[in-house]
Amino acid sequence: MSLAVPPALEAEIDTLISHYPQRRSASLMILHALQDHFGWLSQEAIEWTAAKLGLQPINVLELVTFYPMFRQAPAGKFQFKVCRTLSCALGGGHALHGHLCQKLGLDPHKHGIQTTPDGKFSVEFVECLASCGRAPVLMVNEAFHEAVTPDQAEALLSQCR
Amino acid sequence: MPQEYRLILKNADLPGYTPDIDCYLRHGGYETLRKCLALPVRELPDGKKQTAQEQIRDEVLKSGLRGRGGAGFSAGLKWSFVDRKSGKPIYLICNADESEPGTFKDRQIIHKDPHQLVEGMIIACFANDVHLAYIYIRGEMPEGARLLNKALRAAREQGFLGKNILGTGFDLEIHVHRGAGAYICGEETGLIESLEGKRPYPRIKPPYFPAVLGLYLCPTIVNNVETLAAVRHIMAMGAMEYSKLGTPNNTGTRIVSLSGHVKRPGYFEIEVGKVTLGELIFHENFGGGLRDGRRLKAVIPGGSSAKIFKAGEKFKLKRKGPDGQMATVEVDLLDLPYDFDSLQQAGSMSGSGAIIVMDDSTDIVGALANISEFYAHESCGQCTPCREGALWMSKALHRMAHGRARRADPDYLLSIAQNIQGRTICAFGEAASWPVLSFVRKFREEFDARGAADESKAATATGRTPAAK
Ligand SMILES: Cc1cc2nc3c(=O)[nH]c(=O)nc-3n(C[C@H](O)[C@H](O)[C@H](O)COP(=O)(O)O)c2cc1C
Ligand code: SF4
Ligand code: FES
Repeated sequence: MSLAVPPALEAEIDTLISHYPQRRSASLMILHALQDHFGWLSQEAIEWTAAKLGLQPINVLELVTFYPMFRQAPAGKFQFKVCRTLSCALGGGHALHGHLCQKLGLDPHKHGIQTTPDGKFSVEFVECLASCGRAPVLMVNEAFHEAVTPDQAEALLSQCR
Repeated sequence: MPQEYRLILKNADLPGYTPDIDCYLRHGGYETLRKCLALPVRELPDGKKQTAQEQIRDEVLKSGLRGRGGAGFSAGLKWSFVDRKSGKPIYLICNADESEPGTFKDRQIIHKDPHQLVEGMIIACFANDVHLAYIYIRGEMPEGARLLNKALRAAREQGFLGKNILGTGFDLEIHVHRGAGAYICGEETGLIESLEGKRPYPRIKPPYFPAVLGLYLCPTIVNNVETLAAVRHIMAMGAMEYSKLGTPNNTGTRIVSLSGHVKRPGYFEIEVGKVTLGELIFHENFGGGLRDGRRLKAVIPGGSSAKIFKAGEKFKLKRKGPDGQMATVEVDLLDLPYDFDSLQQAGSMSGSGAIIVMDDSTDIVGALANISEFYAHESCGQCTPCREGALWMSKALHRMAHGRARRADPDYLLSIAQNIQGRTICAFGEAASWPVLSFVRKFREEFDARGAADESKAATATGRTPAAK
């Protein structure tokens, strides 16, 4: 099956490609665009990208498997990324992560990304998000939240609809 | 009284200051670019003529500006290494990957005053005959990427970017390129590979010095966000004035990211070397001291890759005395001037300018386990010592932090770390091993105690007495 890329998205991708003297350079930007649109990167998306750039699918697959932000499976509609790294750990990042997991019925000790069975939420630890002075820090999809207390975390959860 | 000196962040936090171009123009934005583009050819005393580009490069060199990304290398010297004779295009890349744990300074520039970065980049590109440049921003800063794209669009509309900039005949395009969550993309050759659409495997130097064989194997300049923003200020005020800020060989201002156990964590712009580590942590104008009832235990002075300092440490620094002679003076940790050279002489580094403070509530083994987990996760995997060693250290530390430490662990950790540093393609090897070497050596008793306690606990549980020793 081939990927159904809407014309507007394809036009956007063509513009991205035009930013580089070598097409291959656009790989990451295209993968971001496709993941933003489809929610994850399927085998079809990988093959589509490769064809678009004149590459072999393996050249794209090796990016998807290397870069932590790319996903080969769908994640929750609301993705909570909690900073795991030192300054946040000193400032309660693990308690925040644990609290979110507990509220959503997820296992705080499990490795990697976890998604609720209804597909609404996922929670994962990520590395330093570059706002260490306002620990603990998390992102909900693209929105950034600093100095998040457990109460605020619950408020964030309830705002997700 | 030690104080902030705001140059780069002068406007950023002013009430009503917004990141759009109108606001920037109202505050004198792009005037420096106009001035730079219009610099007349200058005749030097020896009769040689200096073009506008050469004058800018000369100013940046004379300003003493050192890279703010980590290594603290002279920006002017770096620019002087660019191969200008190859006939290939020259590229410039702004390193906005900001992923060294503890660091959050570039974020302030990008989010609050992105146009000064754009202006600094255009000046740097003009000075180096660059016609195509990129801002490589980490993937986890989508808002920053949007703001930068908006800033670039606005600059283009005003004729500061694109073809025939301000009627001078100079052409330049700048594009934003987003990373996707890998720390190693901050290393400049890994960044270049990533920008080429590949896995960000750092390249081996020699021969792949970016100044000669960088992006698409063309000469390339990679500079940090703060470095490029500083270029704009150097050209606005002149190298002489700029180099009066800070201290000799450590000129200008620097944005320090302060986090961890202080009352007022945050970012502070200081004149380099004019404020001490102790002032940054304790003075009310900066960190405001530790939480009540707590005592200082340790400080990481330059991002998580920097070697840790233990409270109470003393260092021997070389100083020029009043008589002009070099003398060795003993300096307490808290009296170390926050600059490149002092921290290096004290055995660590100011790195990305990120200070992480730990008070006496900190479990030092747990803190190191946290750091090592980061490096185990982020190793790109090309070099066996780094790929395997970082993981072994992290696993051992995880075990130690979870009640299964052994007496042999501290030496085990040291031996792994020693076998990584100096044996890898890129400086990530050092970044992964320096925390382990310094934590274990300086807090040896805590690591030893952990091993002894857990071993005897395990022995009691299994009914055996611990092996003699
Ligand atoms: C593992 C590693 C990670 C790095 N991460 C960053 C980073 O996130 N941002 C940055 O500006 N420099 C980073 N650097 C330093 C860059 O390689 C490079 O020296 C710097 O961008 C040069 O700019 P400057 O001279 O303006 O400091 C890193 C270096 C290493 C070895
Ligand atoms: S030192 Fe580590 S991060 Fe650097 S190239 Fe080798 S494996 Fe990759
Ligand atoms: S350690 Fe959490 S944002 Fe840096």
